Amino acid sequence: MTGRGESTEQEWVDDHAGPVVRPYAVTGGRARPVTGTFDLISLVTATRAEVGSESGLGPEHVAIVGLCQRILSVAEIAAHLDLPVGTVRVLLGDLAARSLVQVREPRATPAGLPDEHVFEAVINGLRAL
Amino acid sequence: MDYGRSERPAGAAPLPTAIKILIAGGFGVGKTTMVGAVSETRPLRTEEVLTETGIGIDDLSGVEAKSTTTVAMDFGRITLSDDLVLYLFGTPGQDRFWFVWDELALGALGAVVLADTRRLADCFPSIDYFEGRGTPFVVAVNCFEGARQFRLDEVQAALDLDPGVPVVLCDARQRESAKEVLITLLEHAMKLREARRRAAGD
Ligand SMILES: Nc1nc2c(ncn2[C@@H]2O[C@H](COP(=O)(O)OP(=O)(O)OP(=O)(O)O)[C@@H](O)[C@H]2O)c(=O)[nH]1
Ligand SMILES: [Mg+2]
Repeated sequence: MTGRGESTEQEWVDDHAGPVVRPYAVTGGRARPVTGTFDLISLVTATRAEVGSESGLGPEHVAIVGLCQRILSVAEIAAHLDLPVGTVRVLLGDLAARSLVQVREPRATPAGLPDEHVFEAVINGLRAL
Repeated sequence: MDYGRSERPAGAAPLPTAIKILIAGGFGVGKTTMVGAVSETRPLRTEEVLTETGIGIDDLSGVEAKSTTTVAMDFGRITLSDDLVLYLFGTPGQDRFWFVWDELALGALGAVVLADTRRLADCFPSIDYFEGRGTPFVVAVNCFEGARQFRLDEVQAALDLDPGVPVVLCDARQRESAKEVLITLLEHAMKLREARRRAAGD
């Protein structure tokens, strides 16, 4: 489980280039995905069992296709790859543009709450755990 | 670490619906513990990189020009069925990073605000945030030493909560206790949803 180190990680890290440089290199400095928005809980699945090193795809792209042989959220992919979510969004955009992943965005409910049946399903699911 | 289906050919059944609940509260109050107690794996950690102003999330283009900050979030997954996956997110520190809170709260079913009776005021910012946003929440008083010396209605009054907001005792380390808190939250959120629907409809 996580320790007390967590709090220091929330400090400003101006002089702490380590975690930033690698993501920058991974995306070639791109900040936004070419397509898609990719909520933290958008669910992603690969459309192929594997991809070779097609032109324009890096090892992180290939790793995502490997991970997404099972259904994972954007947050889970980022955690498994140890990359910031923004970096993973860029990589997912590349994959989505090539139809190498299928993405399900969560139902957007900015104004209200989801359907009653969603609540009931969650309550029943929790009770059954 | 098996999340179910291991192979998923193209054109298979539609992907499940994902939903989320937030676990908030002051520093060290047991957020990560609760996420871990009820999730199917140990808590995972993900990071958002923000620019100094907090306006351009993940904008790494000017990274040589410094001033980024990293916000860590703990989360866990509960696969409820073939077509429903619940994620629990522990919120990052309450004093800044509201930008990340907004992202987390968008579309959330609701929030659990964990409280420690030895320092109740620590959860004020979380409560203010969810009240202001209209996000359904419950207050769960975590079982640290002394928690049982307080009556829940005293906590309710001390936090100046609306009468309808549930206040429950919990032990964030216990799976059954964490489950009960989540179910209380969902039942409360359903009631609120129904009340709002009626208020809007007549
Ligand atoms: N006695 C007791 N200890 C608890 C309980 N819940 C959590 N703890 C302990 O309290 C400490 C802090 O718990 P965390 O889950 O890390 O708290 P947190 O809210 O995630 O902390 P930050 O993310 O650092 O703000 C840990 O040592 C836990 O083991 C509880 O119900 N009773
Ligand atoms: Mg924590």
